[in-house]
Amino acid sequence: MRWETVVGLEVHVQLATRTKMFCGCPATYGEAPNTVVCPVCLGLTGALPVLNAEAIRLGTVGALALGCTVHPVSVFARKNYFYPDLPKGYQISQFDKPLATGGAFEVVSPERGPITVSITRLHLEEDAGKSLHDRIPGHTAVDLNRAGTPLAEIVSGPDLRSPAEARAYLVTLRQLLVYAGVSECSMEKGSLRVDANLSVRRPGEPLGVKTEVKNMNSFANVERALEAERARQIGLLESGERVTQVTLTFNAATGEVKPLRSKEDAHDYRYFPDPDLPPLVLESAWITSTRAALPELPAARRNRYATAMGLPDYDVGVLTAEPAVAAYFEATVAAGVEPKTAANWVMGEVLSGWNDTGVFAVSPERLAQVVAMVESGTVSLQAAKRIYGELVTADADPAALATRLGLVQVRDEDALAGWVDEVVSAHPDEVARFRAGEAKLIGFFVGQVMKRSGGKADPKAIQPILKERLAP
Amino acid sequence: MSAATLAAETARRLREAASLNATLAWSEEALEAEAALAESVPAGPLSGQAVAIKDNIVTTVLPTTCGSRILEGYRSPYDATAVRRIRAAGGIIAAKTNLDEFAMGSSTENSAYGRVRHPLDPERVPGGSSGGSAALVAAGVVRSALGSETGGSVRQPAAFCGITGIKPSYGRVSRFGLVAFGSSLDCISTFGVTVEAAATLLAAVSGHDPLDATSRAVAPLELPAHRDDLAGLVIGIPEEYFPEDLDAGVRAGCDRVIARITELGATVRRVSLPNTRYAVPAYYIVNPAEAAANLARYDGVRYGVRRIGPEGDVRALYRATRGEGFGPEVRRRILVGTFALSAGYADQYYGQAQAARQRIIADFAAVFASGVDLIFSPTTPTPAFRAGEKTADPVQMYLADIFTAPACLAGIPAMSIPVGRSEGLPIGGQLTAPDMGEASMIAAARVLEAAIDPAAEVR
Repeated sequence: MRWETVVGLEVHVQLATRTKMFCGCPATYGEAPNTVVCPVCLGLTGALPVLNAEAIRLGTVGALALGCTVHPVSVFARKNYFYPDLPKGYQISQFDKPLATGGAFEVVSPERGPITVSITRLHLEEDAGKSLHDRIPGHTAVDLNRAGTPLAEIVSGPDLRSPAEARAYLVTLRQLLVYAGVSECSMEKGSLRVDANLSVRRPGEPLGVKTEVKNMNSFANVERALEAERARQIGLLESGERVTQVTLTFNAATGEVKPLRSKEDAHDYRYFPDPDLPPLVLESAWITSTRAALPELPAARRNRYATAMGLPDYDVGVLTAEPAVAAYFEATVAAGVEPKTAANWVMGEVLSGWNDTGVFAVSPERLAQVVAMVESGTVSLQAAKRIYGELVTADADPAALATRLGLVQVRDEDALAGWVDEVVSAHPDEVARFRAGEAKLIGFFVGQVMKRSGGKADPKAIQPILKERLAP
Repeated sequence: MSAATLAAETARRLREAASLNATLAWSEEALEAEAALAESVPAGPLSGQAVAIKDNIVTTVLPTTCGSRILEGYRSPYDATAVRRIRAAGGIIAAKTNLDEFAMGSSTENSAYGRVRHPLDPERVPGGSSGGSAALVAAGVVRSALGSETGGSVRQPAAFCGITGIKPSYGRVSRFGLVAFGSSLDCISTFGVTVEAAATLLAAVSGHDPLDATSRAVAPLELPAHRDDLAGLVIGIPEEYFPEDLDAGVRAGCDRVIARITELGATVRRVSLPNTRYAVPAYYIVNPAEAAANLARYDGVRYGVRRIGPEGDVRALYRATRGEGFGPEVRRRILVGTFALSAGYADQYYGQAQAARQRIIADFAAVFASGVDLIFSPTTPTPAFRAGEKTADPVQMYLADIFTAPACLAGIPAMSIPVGRSEGLPIGGQLTAPDMGEASMIAAARVLEAAIDPAAEVR
């Protein structure tokens, strides 16, 4: 390997609070521009910020979920720069005394297997508004609905060695934060944003000059952008040029990265402690109880599914990828379905619907009733899937539905014997061959009986009758 | 007097005082509306009183300009907490008063809307930055007024105009609705024709406010019981506040007070606040640093004045709006503050200033811990100076804050009361108290007020 890639990521996630970070405005998404604003988040003169306790709690939960040390005293600072969508001319952030530092968690690298990625820091800050360049031709419009929504910025160490590894890190980080209930982590809605730092070096050498890549709207595009930037840097170095410290923007349409600004244009943010906000002091007892109240995190859950439930690795991976899916699966098990059976249903019918719509149309309790009808032989598995499909459209009693749709299996011996006799007399050649020792023809006869019954016969109950009638 | 009569009477007085240029906004309609509002609230400590408001405290009825072109005509969609509390206490808002632009100045000559005249001598300044409020109280238009202090902007004009000015402990009065200048220093403060008038207004606007995270979680200030003398008190006299070049009239006035303090039964003790000399330099770093950030929001994007600029891009918008909207002193402080926090200089300037501030806090703490109850000193090094006298030299102007900036840096209460006159110009004496010690400070000030003739020549 001639070049080693070094990647570190800065991830901003929007904390899942009901209200903004320093005022009472709802932290909602998709409202008409400039309708979710007040004197505080508009930066009107005389207005003052007051810290949202829920943002602190969620930031702390996130930090603990990432294995960070949460500091008993942290300080909010003003980060000064001018931008039309930054109402106060400074952003309230944290600088030299962040909420948390020194975390780490395991990521499965597609190239190296399990690796530990360090978290340098997690700090809290407010979001800016949005500049809309396409809304009014020739003008920039400003929407301040997002201004003041709470963010956690999570900075990883330079521990990632490839674009694919960076993507695996993001998937794992997102899973942790969603599990912990810290953030919705939707790149589409902008509640998770990624800035990536990348450098290349010869193995064993000190770190090379890094560049920062911005404007990636999916994990896949983070990987693509980093691949493009890696190729660009290697190209420069191999042609004898140097890499300079620049910020680049990724164009998803062309797959290219383009310089946005060089270090010479970099802002001097002139951080200083925000005099409007006293230092944030967290009692150690509160930090301890917050840690104790953390929900089960993905690693622990995967372990439990594999050992206590005996599920195969593939099932564990699928079921734990999204906490909502895992919760549905667990509710199904709690409703009495054996874990492997529940896993099959969830990974099949349930997930295909959820992937399309994002909702679980059938409750776990209903699903358990359907599964129980299969277990008791009341309906076939095939019929059960049809019943499930009906329940997706409209909730109903599964037993009544089975009856109405004529899906209840027939186990009445007289009825079954009638269909068997019809089949036997209709297929004399096959009967002769069977009697001559062609035993595998039993499947053909079962199939014929099922066909004749319109799928309603219980295949298990057919066999003894068939064998009796076919006996030589 | 009914609220309607009060409103009409206030309007008449405001008209008569027009030559002071002390107001930036008032109207008969607004006064009538205030009167109607006052009739609807139960009688309170400010019933029957019209209160003037420094124009850096936001009001919905009248515009808030901060004495700046950049906020010309700006009307706040909400009222400051202090304004709401004045109304709740039965008071009516009389007018918005002239000030140095964004409270930056010590003479009220920096207003974009013209300087304020001293009520006793139109050629002199009333002090600043709350000069409009001070002039209206001194001219008898209102009995009390709100000002704001960052480095002495109420005590200094109170001293110049011969009235009482009280700066409370930092966080005693909510800053919600006070236009931010030096946020770690800013205190809404009060003027009164008497100690009682200033103290009553302070009590009415004090108390915790959930809208200000730096507001102290304490009950509103209660006015202290009357005391006959100063028996049992130890009053510290800091040597650093009596330098050799102190104005002779100011010295004579303060010496007279010190003699009276002893007669009134208090023990006078010479004390030292050795880091006082760092106060003005530290203040003029911390204050511009915070101001530069606080004033960044006036960018022409959302409200206030907007100038597009010849290039038509966003940088030109900022340059034109801020270049034309801010006056020279505001631009100077933004530049100083930006420099003081810039990469490579922040430790040297902002860091050192914060260290000096800690020393000043420690100086006061040591004196009060040694058994001193209150500190007495001059409020200002000179009586009111002439208009134009210091405008060419910002450092001379800054030194007008030399005795008032320390209490602001330390966040402790201090007040100025009139203690006599020198060649017809009022002299102010200053009492400084430990953190949250307003009540005993006010009680002592009442005793001194009763014992000293503020109209008497001291030389």
